[in-house]
This record gives sequence, C-alpha cells and structure tokens, in this order.
Amino acid sequence: MTRAMTGAKIVLQALIDQGVDTIFGYPGGAVLPIYDEILIQNHIRHILVRHEQGAVHAAEGYARSTGKTGVVLVTSGPGATNSVTGMTDALMDSIPVVVITGQVPTFMIGTDAFQEADSVGITRPCTKHNWLVKDTDKLAEVIHQAFHVAKTGRPGPVLVDIPKDVQFASGTYTPPDKVRTSHYRPPTRGDAGAIMELAEKMESARKPIFYTGGGVINSGRRACAHLRQLVDETGFPVTSTLMGLGAYPASGKHWMGMLGMHGTYESNLAMHGCDLMINVGARFDDRITGRISDFSPDSCKAHIDIDPSSINKAIHVDIPIVGDAKRVLKELLDVWRTRGKKTDHEGIRQWWRQIDEWRKVDCLAYRPSTKTIKPQFAIQRLEALTAGTDRYVTTEVGQHQMWAAQFMGFHEPNRWMTSGGLGTMGYGLPASIGVQIAHPESLVINVAGEASWLMNMQEMGTAVQYNLPVKQFILNNERLGMVRQWQELLHGERYSHSWSEALPDFVRLAEAFGCKGISISDPSYLDEAITEMLDYDGPVIFDCVVEKHENCFPMIPSGEPHNKMRLGDDVEEKSIGASGAVLV
Amino acid sequence: MMNELRIKAGTSRKSAYDLRSPITEIQESHTLAIIVDNEAGVLARVIGLFSGRGFNIDSLTVAEVDHEGHLSRITIVTSGKPAVIDQIKNQLGRIVSVRKVLDLTVEGPSVERELALLKIKGKGKNRVEALRLADIFRAKVVDSTLESFTFELTGTPEKIDAFADLVRPLKLVEIARTGVVGISRG
Repeated sequence: MTRAMTGAKIVLQALIDQGVDTIFGYPGGAVLPIYDEILIQNHIRHILVRHEQGAVHAAEGYARSTGKTGVVLVTSGPGATNSVTGMTDALMDSIPVVVITGQVPTFMIGTDAFQEADSVGITRPCTKHNWLVKDTDKLAEVIHQAFHVAKTGRPGPVLVDIPKDVQFASGTYTPPDKVRTSHYRPPTRGDAGAIMELAEKMESARKPIFYTGGGVINSGRRACAHLRQLVDETGFPVTSTLMGLGAYPASGKHWMGMLGMHGTYESNLAMHGCDLMINVGARFDDRITGRISDFSPDSCKAHIDIDPSSINKAIHVDIPIVGDAKRVLKELLDVWRTRGKKTDHEGIRQWWRQIDEWRKVDCLAYRPSTKTIKPQFAIQRLEALTAGTDRYVTTEVGQHQMWAAQFMGFHEPNRWMTSGGLGTMGYGLPASIGVQIAHPESLVINVAGEASWLMNMQEMGTAVQYNLPVKQFILNNERLGMVRQWQELLHGERYSHSWSEALPDFVRLAEAFGCKGISISDPSYLDEAITEMLDYDGPVIFDCVVEKHENCFPMIPSGEPHNKMRLGDDVEEKSIGASGAVLV
Repeated sequence: MMNELRIKAGTSRKSAYDLRSPITEIQESHTLAIIVDNEAGVLARVIGLFSGRGFNIDSLTVAEVDHEGHLSRITIVTSGKPAVIDQIKNQLGRIVSVRKVLDLTVEGPSVERELALLKIKGKGKNRVEALRLADIFRAKVVDSTLESFTFELTGTPEKIDAFADLVRPLKLVEIARTGVVGISRG
C-alpha cells in the first residue's frame, strides 16, 4: 500500500520501517522539516551530539557494537562537511552507516546559497554510494536502497542528500517490500573448487596460521562461531588484525595475540615463517605486511573476502575465495570434516613448539616502576579490574590504542571499537557514546590519550545530557605519544610540536561538564582510583597521569619485514633507514 | 598492415593473455567497457576512482546506450601492470552504479574504433596532397573552404595517429578525437 505524505514524514516512516530505533544528529536550517517530524513521534530516539563528526562516530560505535546500521541526521553545508571524517572512517573500517543530510532547496542548488555545499560531490570518495534526491516520490525508495547498500556485501557508509523543498513537498511513500530491490547483490558464496583446494592444503600444512580481520566480525556471530570451531578442531594458531579482535577469544588456547606493526612477536614471526596462511576478512594492510617484498616469503596464501578488490591488491595470493566469511567458513569446515578432519599432527606439534619458543621472548614486557604509572601497567590494571564483566571498549588513536589492543582481552565480537584504517584521533569518545546508547546497562570504557580525547571532548556534553555512564580512561602523558615515539626513532629525537601544552585540569573540566573527574599519578593508588571510576554511576573523566616517554613495543619499523621486529630492549639501536622514514 | 606494425609492446590483442602471470612487470594497455546506470554523477564516480587511486586513463568516451534501461557505456583505455589492471576492474565492480565491466582486451576478439576530425589549411599543391592522403586513408571531407579542408576519419587510434603524422607537414591546424569505443566480435 502506498500513501501520500510530506518528504520529511517519508524520511521518518522509512527509518521506522527499516527498524531504526536511534539516530544521532544535529539540526540546522536545511533539515528543520525532518526535525519537526522527529518531535511528533515516539518510535525513534534522537541523540543530540555536539559536533557532526561526533554524530558519525557515535553511529559507528552503535553499529559496530550491535551489528546494526548506524543512522546520522545532519544539516547541509557545514553539517555535511563536518561528517566527512566520520564517513571516511566508516568506509576504511567497513562500518554500515546511513547519513542523511539536508540540502538547500533544489531551485537554489548551484547558486552558492547559504550553507550550500556539494555534499554528494564531496562525499563521493568517502561513501560506498550516495544519492541526491530531487523528487519526493523517489525519496522512500532511495532511503530503503541506502540501507540495502550500507549493509550488503562489504558494509560501508552511504549518504542521502535531501533538499529542503523535497522535505516539504508531498509525495508517495513506498514501503520496503514494494521497493524495486537494487541490482546491487555481491556474491556471498565462495567458489567450491577453491574451498576444496584450501581444505587439501590444510591437511598437509606443517606451519599453518589463521590471520583474521574485521570482515569476520562484520559477517556476524555465526562467522565467529565457525572460525572458533575451525581453529579449535584443526589446532592451528590464530592471530588477528586490530579490527578483528574478539572474533576468536583471547582466552582461546590457539590465540597468539594481535599481529602487525605493534603486534606480538610470536604472531609476526609465525606470519613470516608459516607455510599456509589463511586470511579471513582481512586486507593485507600495510600495518600488517611491513615490507611487501619480504612478506611471508614461503607460504601458500589463501584469502577469503567478500570484496574482490581486496584480493591481490597488496599481496598476491594463491587461493582467492570471494564470499561471505560465514558461508565460506561453514563450507570450509564441512568440506574439511567430510574429508576426515585430517591435519599433519606432528608438523603442527613442532610448529607450536617453535611458537612457544617465540613466546618466551615475552614481547610485551616493560620496565615496571613504583614512582610513575606506566601506561601498560594502567591498562593491565584496568583489564584486571574489568575482565569478565559485561564490557565494551572503544579507543582513540595512538600509543594507548596499541597498548589496549595488546593488554586487553576480547572474548566476544563487537566488544572492541577502534579506528583502524583511517586512524582518526577523536573517534573514541563519541564512539563510546554510541555504544552506551545501544547497551545502556553495560560498562563502556574509552581508552584514550589526552591529545586524541581533546579532539572531540565537546561530546562529554552529550554523555552528561543523556546520563550515559561512559568511562573516559585517559592515559595522560602530556605528549602526542606515537608522534613523539616516531620522532625519537626516525627523526633524530627532534620533538617538533608533539607535546600537549596548556592542558586543561581534567577534574575541573569534568566538573564543568557536570560529571565526575578523577586524577591519579601514584601507581600504588591506581586500583583504588579505577574502582572509584567503575563504581560511579555516571560519566567519568579519568585522568591517569602516566610516564611521559614510554614507547610502544614491540614494533616493526616501517619499511621492515616481520622478522626485523624490535623489542623494547632494542631501543638503543634507534636509527631506521631513510626508506623507512618515508613511509607512515 | 600499418596497424600491425604500430602495436606497442604488450598491447597485442592476440597474445595468450589467459596464460599471463599476474605478477609480471609488463605494462599492458586494456580497453574496458563499463556499463553503468545513467544517473547524475556516475561518470564522476568512475573517473574519481581512477584519479583517487592513481590509475591511468589513456582515453575515455561515454554515451547513453539504452534509454529505456537508463544505461550508459563508458569506454576507457587504461594501462598498467596486469595486477593493476585486475585491481582497476575489481574496483570498478565495487561501484554501486556499475552494472558490468568488460575487458575487451582479454575477453575474446574485439573491434575498436575512434573518430577524428582534422582541419588542414593550405593552398595549391598541399591541397592536392591532402586530398590524395585522405583518399588512401578513406577519410571523408566534411567541410571545405577555399583555404581549408576538414576530414573525418574513422579507424583504430593507430590509423588516426598515422594519418595525423602524414598530414601534419601540410599544416594540420586542429584535431578533435572522440577516444576509443570498442565492442566484442560476433
């Protein structure tokens, strides 16, 4: 059945029919008709952020922690341009987000009208797809398609730009089941021949490794369950990218820790030395591969990915499998089981013995201190005091993010929200808000650095307004820690503009926002302070003053292969080649 | 004949491309036909992909080919190593408005044509020579004044290059080319 209604009402009806319960937004001139409709309904909750970038990150946090699509509503011009960083972040990390922007009325487009920006033009490279809707009759169809595109195949952000006159005009509403479904239907079923080939390789591999990524989490809980079965039944070691943490539990006995630039020694050496690499939903990112020409030189590489363009992009693979992780892993499991669950037991036993040797290096070790709080120690204590609870963790970007990935254990998918591909400082606080909205009863912690946190600190206002008890766990070293580390290792210790001067007093800042502030610098009182933070029923800004010059190790220096990994004790040898310095 | 001789290394349509190693370092030229939804901004999506990811566009043509189905055909001649060509095709395939990507260079034999308009100014002997060359190349006179001819020439890019090279000394003052369109044979 189709009905006539205004464009603004169509937007709300379409969102309701898509099962949306929350939108993150900020009003402005070009979306006022939609805001009128929001006011007179009770189906959808609107969360007023303080900056449009925050709206998109909050929607990302909401989406990543629930598996649903995040929704953002912002105005034209600056509303749209402010959301660009969030959309780029969502594109890089494959997070489904629908962004609705207002636009100046159709008859004013192209006239440099007030708050006019070419939103579809600006966001074309940072969305999966976008639409400018010029006809109210087509509005419902476009919104339904937007949700379809955002969630189908490799997920990502989409944008629907709606001129104000289209919101006011009357048009026909088309419900989702009447919409001509988009031709956009990426294949999800992997090639049976390739899956068979991989199963055969698994039977004879002596040094196999599973290398999993965010794609497993995007594929859903079933994909994670199949991965766990496959890993546990084969006995193969498993490592994961930053985005994939939690797909296989950190408590699992085949877990080796994260891989990559700041991953564990054993994971990276196993990647380098393996004879069969099974990549599931990861993309051979440059943080993972190190020097391409020396990447895992002697392995047969299989790559399962829903996006064909991810395959053979950076690394040539021997067994490409295009498909949805949950389907491909299920089929792989079935084929391998049917063939008799064979593996080279003796080979794998020796492989584990080698991995255990690498483990003995204890790559995450650091020099403890009784005088200052070591950032690693702070995260370890946070982990110890929150492990086993119903916990979600977001992060900002930098050293603290890597330490959180190294020292916190994630046992379930969708519990770890971080900006991986784009590396967006300012992601964590708004993301924690989105997560807390979706999980009001759970503990949500944003592990932050003080510099990143300041980038979107205005969102504390949102947390206080909606009484969201997000815990902002700030490792405050008064430095841009990762920048400082690179300057030390690559730029002759010339610390150009990498310290945070004129920092606010975080406790008084918390009070100014109307929430609780805690500051701690003595390691002997750290546990007490963390407990105080956890026990407080409301948002907390936790200012953890840490050692200022701690570096994040282990580290694969840029431009080096995995087996040239540096451990914390190697710091004396500081020089990194000029070719490495060019890389980021 | 001339066409055969002017083929650049690695660009032959007769090579056994299916047997090629995807990791060779040879630059190849490929003609891609991209069928897209004919909607606002679709060309920008396609060329934005090329510029954003640093791919080459050697030639580009676009026109609607199915009015009822709202489909356009974009023909792009691009060049790169085999792995890059594969990446270009996969990246194009990701664009939501792209319906189909055909690689005319590898998917069986195909025919490629380009149209050019060439304006030659001159008097006397040069005019006669221009007409004689046009006759050899089967170029058509589409405009003439007392001091100029405009020729229309259709053929492969190499044929147009050859004709342009020959008439350049006769005072070729302007040339307009459409870029390549191509279609598979049979």
